Amino acid sequence: MNATDTASFCGHCGEPAAQGGQVAEGERPTSDAHQGCQQRLAMEPPRYCPQCRRRMKVQVTPLGWTAECSRHGRVTP
Amino acid sequence: MTTQPNPRNASKYPILETAREQVLARGEGLSESQLLEILELPDEAIPEALQLAHEVRLEHCGEDVEVEGIISIKTGGCPEDCHFCSQSGLFDSPVRGVWLDIPELVKAAKETAATGATEFCIVAAVRGPDIKLMNQIKFAIDRINAEVDINIACSLGMLTQRQVDQLAEWGVHRYNHNLETARSYFPEVVTTHSYEERLETCNMVKAAGMELCCGALIGMGETTAQRAELASQLAALEPHEVPLNFLNPRPGTPLENQGIMDGKDALRAIAAFRLAMPRTVLRYAGGRELTLGDLGTREGLMGGINAVIVGNYLTTLGRPADADLNLLVELNMPIKELQKSL
Repeated sequence: MNATDTASFCGHCGEPAAQGGQVAEGERPTSDAHQGCQQRLAMEPPRYCPQCRRRMKVQVTPLGWTAECSRHGRVTP
Repeated sequence: MTTQPNPRNASKYPILETAREQVLARGEGLSESQLLEILELPDEAIPEALQLAHEVRLEHCGEDVEVEGIISIKTGGCPEDCHFCSQSGLFDSPVRGVWLDIPELVKAAKETAATGATEFCIVAAVRGPDIKLMNQIKFAIDRINAEVDINIACSLGMLTQRQVDQLAEWGVHRYNHNLETARSYFPEVVTTHSYEERLETCNMVKAAGMELCCGALIGMGETTAQRAELASQLAALEPHEVPLNFLNPRPGTPLENQGIMDGKDALRAIAAFRLAMPRTVLRYAGGRELTLGDLGTREGLMGGINAVIVGNYLTTLGRPADADLNLLVELNMPIKELQKSL
C-alpha cells in the first residue's frame, strides 16, 4: 500500500481525509483541515492507516521508516 | 584625564569579553549567573556569541564532528509520564508499541556506519530495563560487534548497579540518560520519577567507567534562568556528551500546545551550553529542524555544536542524512573517525 493510494483518512491525525471521505488516487488530502497534517507528514511517518484509520505499528530507523496496518499491510514512503 | 584605549576587537558586551578570557583562554566554563547573561543577550549579540562559542569548540574540542545514529528497539508503551514524550503509555498519543527484531537492528547499525557515523545508540521506551530487554541488548551488542565497526551506546532508562556493571562489561561505549530540564522545573515535566533518580543513574554510569551522555530538552516552558540552571547542572556532572534537544510538541502529550521555541533563543542556548562546557561533545538532537531550519542548523554548527544525529530520530524524521553530511563537507568539518573502545 503506497502512502498516496486512495486515502479515506489522514495518516497524521486519523480524521476523514476530505469531504465525503475519499481522495483520488495519487492525490493527498486537500481539505484545509489537513494542511497542517501534510506539513507534519513531511517530518514524520503516518500514524493512522489511510484506509481504515487504525493506528499503525511504526518503526523509524536512522535512514528510513516502516508503517504497518494489522489489516491493510505495510505503507511505504 | 587619560583613558584606556579599547583593545582591538573588544566586545561591547562585557559577558562576552569575560567568556573570551575565562572559557576560551583558560578552559573554565561560565557560572550559572554568567550563563544567564549569555541567554539574555540581545539579538544583535547572537552572532558574536556564536562566533566565540565556535572558537571555544575549536580550541577545546577540535574541528571533528561526531556523527551518531539512534534507533528505538522498544517503541511506545512507556510507563513514565515525561510530558514531552509521545511514547508514554499514559497519554492519548498515536504512537503504538513496537519491538524491533535483532536482524533489523543490525541492518540499521550497518546503514548508520555506512554514513561515516561512529556511534549507534540503542534506545528503549522504558522506566528501566527488565531481564528480557537486558538479554536482547546483550544479544544485540554481540551481533553488532561481530558485524559492524561502530561504537554502541544505549539509553534504557534508570539502571540498577548490577545493570550498569553488566552494560560496562558487555562493552557499551556510552550510556545516555538525560537530566532533560533544570532540577527546579523537573516536577513540572515528570511526576513518575525524580530528578534525583536520574542523577543517580548518571553517577553510577560514570563511576563504572562508561562515557556519560546526558542532555537537555529546552523549550518546555522553563524560564531563561532555568535554562541557565540546567546548563550549570549539566556542567557540574561533567558528561562526555550533551545532546541538546528542542521541544517538538507532540500530539496527545501534555506539551502538545506548548509551541515551537524561537530560533534566536535556541541559538543563544547553543552558545550558552558551549560556554558552560568547553570540552564536552555538544550534539544537535531532536527538534532542531522545526526550531532552527536549515539556516539555523548551519549557524549552530558554526556556534558551538560539534556533533549531530544523522538522519531520523526515534519516532520522527530528521533532515536527510546526505544533507547534514554535505553540510559538514561544505563547512570543512571532518567527521570524527572511529576509535574502538578496548
